[in-house]
Amino acid sequence: MFFSFKAVILWTDSLIYLLLAALIFFAFYVIRREHLRAPWRQIRRRPLAMSALVVLCFYGVIGLSDSVHFRKALPATEGDQVVQYSPEVLSLLDVLLDSLRSHTERTYSEPLATHAFTKEMIEGDDGRQQRAFPRLRYGGAHLDSPETEKTADLLSSLIRGALNGLLLAALLCGLFLVFISRFHRKSFATTMRAVLQGEAETAWRAVFLTIGFFMILGGIATSLSGDYHLFGTDKVGQDVLYLSLKGIRTGLVIGTLTTLVMLPFAVFLGIAAGYFRGWVDDLIQYLYTTLSSVPGVLLIASAVLILQVYMDKNAEDFSSITERADTRLLFLCIILGMTGWIGLCRLLRGETFKIREMEYVQAARALGVSPMKIIFRHILPNVMHIVLIAVVLDFSGLVLAEAVLSYVGVGVDPAMISWGNMINSARLELAREPVVWWSLVSAFIFMFGLVLSANVFSDGVRDAFDPRLR
Amino acid sequence: MINYIIRRLLYAIPILIGVNLLTFLLFFVVNTPDDMARLHLGMKRVTPEAIEKWKADHGYDKPIAFNPAAGGMKTLTETVFYEKSLRLFLFDFGRADDGRNIGADIRQRMGPSLAIAIPGLIVGLLVNITVAMLIAFFRASYIDTWGVIVAVAMMSISSLFYIIGGQFIFSKTLRLVPISGYDTGLDAVKFLILPVIVGLVSGVGSGTRWYRTIFLEEIGKDYVRTARAKGLSELSVLFSHVLRNALVPILTGVVVVLPLLFMGSLITESFFSIPGLGSYTIDAINSQDFGIVRAMVFLGSVLYIIGLILTDISYTWVDPRVRL
Amino acid sequence: MVRRLSDYPLFSSLLFMMAVIGCTGGPINSPYREGEAGENILYSSFSARPKHLDPAQSYSSNEITFTGQIYEPPFQYHYLKRPYTLIPLTATKAPVPIYLDTEDKPLAADAPADTVAYSLYEITIQSGIRYQPHPAFAKASDGNFLYHELSANEIAEIDTIGDFKETDSRELVAEDYVYQIKRLAHPKIHSPIYGFMSDYIVGLPELGATLRKVQAKAQKEERKTFLDLRKFPLAGVEIVDRYTYRIKVKGKYPQFPYWLAMPFFAPIPHEADRFYSQSGLIEKNITLDWYPVGTGPYMLSVNNPNRQMVMLKNPNFHGEVFPSEGIPEDSELGLLDDAGKALPFIDKVVFSLEKEGIPIWNKFLQGFYDSSGISSDSFDQAVAISGSGDARLTDEMSEKGIRLMTSTAASTYYIAFNMLDPVIGGYSKSARKLRQAIAIAIDQEESISIFRNGRGIAMQGPLPPGIFGYRDGEAGINRVVYDWVNGRPQRKSIEEAKRLLAEAGYPDGREKVSGKPLIVNFDSTGSGPEVKASFDWMRKQFEKIQVQLVVRNTDYNRFQDKMLKGTAQMFQWGWNADYPDPENFLFLLYGPNAKAEKNGENAANYANPRFDALFEQMRSMENGPRRQEMIDEMIEILREDVPWVSGFHPKQFGLYHAWYRNIKPNLMANNTLKYARVDAALRAEKRGDWNEPRWWPLILVGAVLALGTAPAIVSYRRKERETGRGEIV
Repeated sequence: MFFSFKAVILWTDSLIYLLLAALIFFAFYVIRREHLRAPWRQIRRRPLAMSALVVLCFYGVIGLSDSVHFRKALPATEGDQVVQYSPEVLSLLDVLLDSLRSHTERTYSEPLATHAFTKEMIEGDDGRQQRAFPRLRYGGAHLDSPETEKTADLLSSLIRGALNGLLLAALLCGLFLVFISRFHRKSFATTMRAVLQGEAETAWRAVFLTIGFFMILGGIATSLSGDYHLFGTDKVGQDVLYLSLKGIRTGLVIGTLTTLVMLPFAVFLGIAAGYFRGWVDDLIQYLYTTLSSVPGVLLIASAVLILQVYMDKNAEDFSSITERADTRLLFLCIILGMTGWIGLCRLLRGETFKIREMEYVQAARALGVSPMKIIFRHILPNVMHIVLIAVVLDFSGLVLAEAVLSYVGVGVDPAMISWGNMINSARLELAREPVVWWSLVSAFIFMFGLVLSANVFSDGVRDAFDPRLR
Repeated sequence: MINYIIRRLLYAIPILIGVNLLTFLLFFVVNTPDDMARLHLGMKRVTPEAIEKWKADHGYDKPIAFNPAAGGMKTLTETVFYEKSLRLFLFDFGRADDGRNIGADIRQRMGPSLAIAIPGLIVGLLVNITVAMLIAFFRASYIDTWGVIVAVAMMSISSLFYIIGGQFIFSKTLRLVPISGYDTGLDAVKFLILPVIVGLVSGVGSGTRWYRTIFLEEIGKDYVRTARAKGLSELSVLFSHVLRNALVPILTGVVVVLPLLFMGSLITESFFSIPGLGSYTIDAINSQDFGIVRAMVFLGSVLYIIGLILTDISYTWVDPRVRL
Repeated sequence: MVRRLSDYPLFSSLLFMMAVIGCTGGPINSPYREGEAGENILYSSFSARPKHLDPAQSYSSNEITFTGQIYEPPFQYHYLKRPYTLIPLTATKAPVPIYLDTEDKPLAADAPADTVAYSLYEITIQSGIRYQPHPAFAKASDGNFLYHELSANEIAEIDTIGDFKETDSRELVAEDYVYQIKRLAHPKIHSPIYGFMSDYIVGLPELGATLRKVQAKAQKEERKTFLDLRKFPLAGVEIVDRYTYRIKVKGKYPQFPYWLAMPFFAPIPHEADRFYSQSGLIEKNITLDWYPVGTGPYMLSVNNPNRQMVMLKNPNFHGEVFPSEGIPEDSELGLLDDAGKALPFIDKVVFSLEKEGIPIWNKFLQGFYDSSGISSDSFDQAVAISGSGDARLTDEMSEKGIRLMTSTAASTYYIAFNMLDPVIGGYSKSARKLRQAIAIAIDQEESISIFRNGRGIAMQGPLPPGIFGYRDGEAGINRVVYDWVNGRPQRKSIEEAKRLLAEAGYPDGREKVSGKPLIVNFDSTGSGPEVKASFDWMRKQFEKIQVQLVVRNTDYNRFQDKMLKGTAQMFQWGWNADYPDPENFLFLLYGPNAKAEKNGENAANYANPRFDALFEQMRSMENGPRRQEMIDEMIEILREDVPWVSGFHPKQFGLYHAWYRNIKPNLMANNTLKYARVDAALRAEKRGDWNEPRWWPLILVGAVLALGTAPAIVSYRRKERETGRGEIV
């Protein structure tokens, strides 16, 4: 089926594309240079780090597919010349998960439930009203008598999903193997044996196991969430699995874009302070001491307020919810970046102090090389590993910070789907009796997966780049 | 030494002015005095005259930072900024917009903040160091591997989970401690157990991992090898050599945060209804009480600067080679 | 090898801790001190610190919880009788106005409203009423006040009001009431009703102007500025004798006596005003705002808004007895058991600070709070709705002996349109149809069921039940939105809404000519976890008629700004009744009261000439069939114009423990604490039963940890031995 659409590039989208481009450029840059490749090769050998990388890639792919936005065209009305587009901004992920998105119940329902979680007034056939648990609109709606059929149906669906996942994983890994064997100009069988015995140069076995594990999980999730709400539904009946998946983009954006914002400040100010010393150093020190003395919450709260004033003054530019929420998210990243550069800046300043006194820098200076050139040629490449370590270490902290900010009331827009918002509303749900635990658990699992893999990966990166710390 | 401290203290003045200016800007760009008046006068039946009256009464009827009408020096002094921030340098915090004396409130709320912060810090240090030592001792065994994995896993959990979970388990299900609240004197102990435990558990992951790296770095050094070669047992090497040397980076890290303990913890205090300075700040931001926010930011930056100076001093103290 | 307990420091300190906690007896998770257990204390909580306890300033409900018990205005609402009736509190008889014409000549009681120029209220108070003990009254032997001119040294020793050694009291006189009315105009006090009362009480604005002038002059001369209000006359209020005073009100204002039952009109002794004006005390946060002085049944003894507020029984209370008549059901419920007994029953009331809802609820279940509301999230645990729709407690709650009280609040929460908006506002036929379509689409019943667990009544008109003019049953339904089916109102179908939308010029939610989709903006000021769900729900409602809703969420100040400028499009607001009269609700839609520009309470900026004319007549009428007819017509106009699209009247559910008695929800009265009674022995027993500590999981965790480290210790031992052997070899 063909439908016309109009692409919408949100601010954060464009920054994500920029980041992606930068990553690809960085990868090519590294591959070309042997001395830069060495530490990465070390990471490649570590099974734990590689599994974590695979998990991060899964998250990344979902986040990216949620960063392609567009508006669908509306069917033409009578006498209509210009095509009008729906004001609703959708993403690729929304289209992929269309059934999850549109299958909303009235209110809470437990994971895999067929009946609502709370009693409601139901009008019986005889016109009398009574309170009972009504059937869900979508969850298990294909069953005639859920009491007897549900278990069997769940089981068969589960097995079907697992098999599908396994098949897909096998296919994917097979393709990979073919590719690897071609690359190394070895036979398929030898490659496979090497991989299975864990003798390959890269920890392919861990990669394949992780892929397999997640493909099976994904297969089961896909198959079960077709007919049920795998993680239940929230207060207004939205599918929690859908919310958790949508939360991935928010988490990634906060984790990565914040770094993008803070990097230029941290790197240039830190190196400048260390290299030029004197009044430049004093000024930069003054700047960051002042900034870090103001509580972050106040900075963030006021930035959010400034944004709100701006949006209210220019209400026409922010006509859709998505745009409003997106602008707020961007602002949050910017302001987190503004407060986040200080730590790295300090580190770099100290490191530059040392490098500045090295013979080769002294020599370059004596030869009259311009300071800019010295910074870019000699200092920047030598502090890059610190930057990299700081960036990967900060990532998980930022994802966690989002939840806390939501609690304080200065987090992402309430209309935006995020794990922080889910956890925040789960506070009330936990006080319910019986407890509504699934939103919290679901947000927890997804967030834990991301943060854990980021932490594990950053451990690997740190070990590889900073041998002193091992 | 004394020269150094005096120089640093003088250096603090422009920083404090900068902080003040920044707070001021941030607050007034978004909150006009009209907004503040409206918020404080309540919902029902507020007239424009009442707003004017409130502003005049609280000293917000002057221009914010620049008063060209007054002429001369008064262009700068007859302003809200000058009148509201100069007194801060004498630690006279003035009154909140609801009329309470801020200084009195801060003194009162400092106690509860310290009451969770200090035990939290001490217990945290002890437990983190013990666990990290244990892991370092059993390095390259299953305890090391699993210890690091558990630490990373514990780091990956949002602190909100720990608080919610702690209240749910210890107070609601096991009924061992009160859910929230505070009391003075020794009666406070039962209220502090849970926040301190929660603080400990949420910090143990990152703390352990950080200290483990420090220990391992020390263990790799030559003097340790020498000590071992002398035939000292592993335990005494760890305790008498490694721990003593590793304490240097650990303690200097702690000294920076010491003064900031006064500021309290924003989230723990709100969740456990502890009347400390952390919840004071959050409440003030939410109710847009500029007087309190300004006072707390000022206090925070003063303490931060003290922390920086203390760190420098502690460097000279632990390492005689460093001279200021 | 024998190991002693002391070899396990952690374990033994834990044991020690258990012993310390264990030997005190009583629940160890009690948030209160040990000795309090059997005392006649009521426990309650407060979430935000009250800003003002000065009766001239306090207006919000969390402040009135305190001021209501401490201050005594001349009148009060009867605790048990319904409909709400005013009865004397410190006055001797119910208020009856004398109507005067422009020349101050008395008119007959039934004189038409337009001939009445002034209404005169003469109030006589009972003799012998005394204030609570307070240092402001304390006199030295020479007859001078002890603490009115404190020196710096004396103030240095004072931290709270309790630090003054001497206290005294004085008889309540009419002058104190007059003093307080004058305080409404005081330039230093920001009374929220000053502007409003200036339109009614004769001479109040003039007094305000005089006081401002005097104040400004004193400030210029940099003198101490205590304004003794006794020296400044207020034209409309006069003291007749020691116990009698008169208030002269412009025109006919039958709602005025209701104001006389609010703390705004409670007495303030001039001694207290003088006492609290000392700058040294203000430095220490000792002001009338924090330490009230009243004649009521309770007095505030501890005011630490950072943690706890405590009210004690006033030893000088003039004495009042529990009412002996009510409505017929009251005696069945045992509410008349205490009839004729002296009030108040409870000795001490402790309010603790609680910021989060979850701890309050859990502490209530553990017996540490005596009563609780029910949040939407704990509703199913507490209440089961029976087949016939009645609310009933769950078995778990009934077993605990908890009781449920329900009442429909005299409030209306409404979603309204800004009638000035070019798209959605206005009075054209199509705009009206658009609003009607939205009114049908917003399924308020579903919202009440999801967000309030059915605790509310969907709005049929602005008046809540219990207010004169409200109509029940078929006669009262909104025909634009509902049909009467099977003996209850049924919302019209979505098809009907879509038809109206098409007629309004937006078939399928798109502008007819251009095909542009219709976007409606919802301005809101919410924050917190609940908000997201309610926004999502609201969007779902508009999706039903294919209209896109954009939620413009902002902070309170921005929202107020938009409302004042009239640039909002759709918003949610609420109104709590000040007094039980339809005027107090219908004035929210009175044209001259518009919010935009004029800063009135008519947030929808609704203006309909016919409605305004009817309102002007209705407001000064006595309740009766003629008034009912006019109200019916006004409400019918509103339903057709739809300035308020949807809304509800909340039902309040309160839970009370078995030991907490004499409770009857009273939405108007705010001094109800004096009627309540607590059975402390029963409470102590139940708390013990409900808070049995469970230690075993801790012991289990300890055991698991110990087992976990055992292999490590073993391996360490082996390692040690190996190196030892290595050295030998």
